[in-house]
Amino acid sequence: MNTGTDRVKRGMAEMQKGGVIMDVINAEQAKIAEEAGAVAVMALERVPSDIRAAGGVARMADPSIVEEVMQAVTIPVMAKARIGHIVEARVLEAMGVDYIDESEVLTPADEEYHLLKSDYTVPFVCGCRDLGEAARRIGEGAAMLRTKGEPGTGNIVEAVRHIRKVNAQVRKVVNMNEDELMTEAKLLGASFELLQQIKREGRLPVVNFAAGGVATPADAALMMQLGADGVFVGSGIFKSDNPAKFAKAIVEATTHYQDYKLIAELSKDLGAAMKGIEISTLTSEQRMQERGW
Amino acid sequence: MVKIGVLGLQGAVREHIRSIEESGAEAIVVKKAEQLEELDGLILPGGESTTMRRLVDLYGFMEPLRAFGRQGKPMFGTCAGLIMLANNIVGYDEPHIGLMDITVERNSFGRQKESFEADLPIKGIADSYTAVFIRAPHIVSVGEETEILAEYDGRIVAARDKNLLACSFHPELTDDHSITRYFVQMAEQAKLAHV
Repeated sequence: MNTGTDRVKRGMAEMQKGGVIMDVINAEQAKIAEEAGAVAVMALERVPSDIRAAGGVARMADPSIVEEVMQAVTIPVMAKARIGHIVEARVLEAMGVDYIDESEVLTPADEEYHLLKSDYTVPFVCGCRDLGEAARRIGEGAAMLRTKGEPGTGNIVEAVRHIRKVNAQVRKVVNMNEDELMTEAKLLGASFELLQQIKREGRLPVVNFAAGGVATPADAALMMQLGADGVFVGSGIFKSDNPAKFAKAIVEATTHYQDYKLIAELSKDLGAAMKGIEISTLTSEQRMQERGW
Repeated sequence: MVKIGVLGLQGAVREHIRSIEESGAEAIVVKKAEQLEELDGLILPGGESTTMRRLVDLYGFMEPLRAFGRQGKPMFGTCAGLIMLANNIVGYDEPHIGLMDITVERNSFGRQKESFEADLPIKGIADSYTAVFIRAPHIVSVGEETEILAEYDGRIVAARDKNLLACSFHPELTDDHSITRYFVQMAEQAKLAHV
């Protein structure tokens, strides 16, 4: 019997496909998410838009919040550790969290090195803006990817940029000649072997979700249409006027992302979505996506 | 060639499609209940059973799925799909689709870090099969007419009740298509019997 194999860790993410993973800060929100049909919840102390507003250093959530959420639902529970924070990650693993997000939403603990995720039994999800970054995280052992987008803004533009970029680069690799791959690996900062694998299989070896700016059912459906395997919704749900209704609508729009009449129905009378932020008003230091490499 | 559908509301749909095609059948992603009509067999994939149940209800799949199984058409549930098929779920008053004479317990091997893979024999299918268990359920007990096909560590992990096949692990995550082939044969035999 083997635990923590690539197949077991990546397989867990495969089971989440076509689903929505929701940020929650307590048991009550976790239950609303589960009831709405979320495939997993991300247990946090504050959602990204509140982290953005509060400023200061954002760290792993208080373990009592994570525990509270784990006891409240039967769907998988994820939690965030700071980039490169070995101990936060080990603590979350010891608590039995189902998936760890090594996340740029929290203040990085290490500006040079990400976690060696292959070392852990628990699987990890990491953010990426392009194929090079995706490949480096897979190289370290990430079992799942997500676009970075720009968390806590309710603005989909960065997530769109990132999913388009990654998928365009995957297509390029698939169509390249074998003798062009090494140069591409050098340019991307990606491993040659991984690019060979992508070329052979025609896709990334792990699931890639959309994250960072999904605020409406139409946003979720857009990301699915651009080739995301599923969607993370952070601040979007519990910063809207009617979270239960909003959560359900986002789940349905993700399942039936090409059924536009249905999405129109779902989007009626939802109340206000979260108030968004125009990306160009953020300074470079305020952009979470620039954390990590 | 038989047509095998994969319930495509959520979960590991693509992997099952690939496995069905490798097993020599036509594979169809099922997103609407009307699509069930044209099928000779249906796979309920792994995913999150709670989510799948919500979507099954929402899109009016429940009665058509029950009718499909009662017609004698083969259904195969893997992991979450097994939970969907079971007549009894430990700790719950009501089953989901509730067609198969088995009692299941959810997440019975623990949380994700306890998820594992192991080699085990599957009766009439493989002498050694690499089974991938992810937050897996297990079958606590089976009815009189249900045949136990595999056990691991004293727990039942695969079974067949006439036209219904189920396992706690994920055959779609490996390149060994022997279980899917077995299911395709069930569909072929059922189709012949009905012609």
